[in-house]
Amino acid sequence: MSALAHVGGTSGTTGAGPAGDAPPQERAGRRWLPYLLLLPGGLWLLVFFVVPLLQLFTVSIQSQFPGYPGYYYRDVNFSNYLRALTDFAPQFGRSLLFAALATFFAFALAYPLAYAMAFKAGRWRNIMLIAVIAPFFTSFILRTVAWRQILADDGPVASTLNALHLLPGGRITETAAAVVAGLTYNFLPFMVLPIYASLERADARVIEAGGDLYANGFTTFRTVTLPMSMPGVIAGTLLTFIPAAGDYVNAELLGSDGDKMVGNVIDSQFFRVLGGFPTAAALSFTLMALILAMVFVYIRRFGTEELL
Amino acid sequence: MRGLVRAARTSQLSRRSLLGGATLGGAAAALSACAPPAPPAGGAAALKLPDDLSDTEKVVRWANWTAYLDYDEDTKQYPTLQAFIKDTGIQATYSEDIEDNDAYFNKIAPQLRGKQDIGKDIFVFTDWMANRVIRDQLAQPLEIIRMPNASNLLDSLKDVSFDPGRQYSLTWQSGFAGIGYDKARLGREIKSLDDLWQDDLKGRIVVLSEFRDTVALVMQSQGVDITQGWGKAEFEKGVAVIQEKLDQGYIRKIKGNSYLEDLKSGNALAGIVWSGDLFILRAETENDNWEFVIPESGGTLWSDNMMVPITSTHRRNAMTLMNYYYDPAVAAQVAAWVNYVCPVTGPRRSSPRATPSWPRARSSSRPRTTSRRRTSRASGRSRPRRTRSSAASGRR
Repeated sequence: MSALAHVGGTSGTTGAGPAGDAPPQERAGRRWLPYLLLLPGGLWLLVFFVVPLLQLFTVSIQSQFPGYPGYYYRDVNFSNYLRALTDFAPQFGRSLLFAALATFFAFALAYPLAYAMAFKAGRWRNIMLIAVIAPFFTSFILRTVAWRQILADDGPVASTLNALHLLPGGRITETAAAVVAGLTYNFLPFMVLPIYASLERADARVIEAGGDLYANGFTTFRTVTLPMSMPGVIAGTLLTFIPAAGDYVNAELLGSDGDKMVGNVIDSQFFRVLGGFPTAAALSFTLMALILAMVFVYIRRFGTEELL
Repeated sequence: MRGLVRAARTSQLSRRSLLGGATLGGAAAALSACAPPAPPAGGAAALKLPDDLSDTEKVVRWANWTAYLDYDEDTKQYPTLQAFIKDTGIQATYSEDIEDNDAYFNKIAPQLRGKQDIGKDIFVFTDWMANRVIRDQLAQPLEIIRMPNASNLLDSLKDVSFDPGRQYSLTWQSGFAGIGYDKARLGREIKSLDDLWQDDLKGRIVVLSEFRDTVALVMQSQGVDITQGWGKAEFEKGVAVIQEKLDQGYIRKIKGNSYLEDLKSGNALAGIVWSGDLFILRAETENDNWEFVIPESGGTLWSDNMMVPITSTHRRNAMTLMNYYYDPAVAAQVAAWVNYVCPVTGPRRSSPRATPSWPRARSSSRPRTTSRRRTSRASGRSRPRRTRSSAASGRR
């Protein structure tokens, strides 16, 4: 999320650029206006993003006070990063894998849904929109806890599947599949809404023109509709992947002890391990940097002008 | 920050200078704010206590665990605490802030070490964490002379290793870790850990994330005396068993207080659990088949201890409150509700019904082992039920 905030901040500053370079004879008040408008947001970012980030960084390179577990002194100790990454590489990899899988499944579910909402729903459109947004009205932790109840061994889903011998492990909760399913479910609206927005904006006449030019339905979709919805797809995948990679609630509630993600490690290093602050900070910082780098590569490769 | 705003308003700002100023200001603020607190001075350094404002500020703020004080569902009040407020005029606020030793300690530790008020005058930690709090000089010494009722503390708890002579802490409640299971559903009895690792329970076992309990139970099943004479080798042998059972799929998950939800939903049929929880489970599921047993090889006995945080400015009010709860009549009232082992001697005689079964070995010189006796008991009366949030439900 913070990565996104950062991107947002940058684009905001760029937007102010032309006004700042305005010719000098312009009235002073007008020249300052963009900065005045930027001030609240800028201060907000400064206090709640830049300062905590610096603080996080100083924590990530501090050292344990010898002989006093749980106490630290300020240091420049980058071995924290090395140790954190070697010790928790599996969880790191799992986070990226689960987030990628969840993004894929969310895309597979969301695109037809958004397509139906944009082109086929007719008067059902608003109801479908509400159905997509409504889950936001309850806390997502509560919804995940509810999943635990629904998927419990004695619950309707697991007992039905077990009766049909369709469940290899005999259970649904405490499996990696449950974690990916939970992530997919929790971030699905973030995928649906941007795709829907870009499809809904698409000019229907352009799509019709595809048919007029003797393209069949699939070719029209591939060459006309899909490219037009790409900004929504990019935004949706980012909005799903980034929070999913940092999520720990789903792995905590739906996964087993072998399905922990990097968020769980940060949580336990921070709250449960004496002297774990630097490790937790180093992992947070690495995760953030890694996601930021991946996002930039992704946008460079697939991105469109409309996004940034 | 105000200076920065003024600077931003008055000077001809370029974007670069604004960003530069912001970065500099941020860096300066971060560097001045984030210095990690230094460890306590070693040796006999005098503890610097904050001024006590108890005479002018009649308040005491108490942080405790979930479902750990008598509660009246109808009036939404804690009867004994209301009586205390009425008697003393000290406004006591009670919050169920603590759901886990590690999590709560790590949440307040930075403030405690930085000597910033955490907004609490009493907190309650289990023995080993109390040890850490006292060792790091994060608790204030108590004045026994102000707490005449403290002499009612059970003899065996008067001289504990982490706080000889009880200078910093007083026991709140004690309890056991052992095995809990649904006797009717399982169709057999569990007497030892080996009975737990059986194929009909594969993937249906939860164990406590409190490894002092889980590992201790396993180590005892391996013949280790957990009170003395064991080291890293024995500990790692115990952990290896847990890892093995986890890899083989016997243990479904290592859990904190939320293991109760798994027992309720049927995900787990048995587990290593805390004694009082099984009574809660019986009451909430209205199923008397939930059994609590201490394995034949032994279980663990723990105590939770009240302490005054180093930042508290109401230490005398806190001591008044502790003294109040060591009145045998009040202690009996609490014990009858929470179903744990009461550390106050009086109520054992005055009200035997309120006294949970208390194994004989308990009064030996080794306060941390328990006898082989089963401690479950049929509790006929229904326990006052409370609404419990699923995430932060009562442990033990």
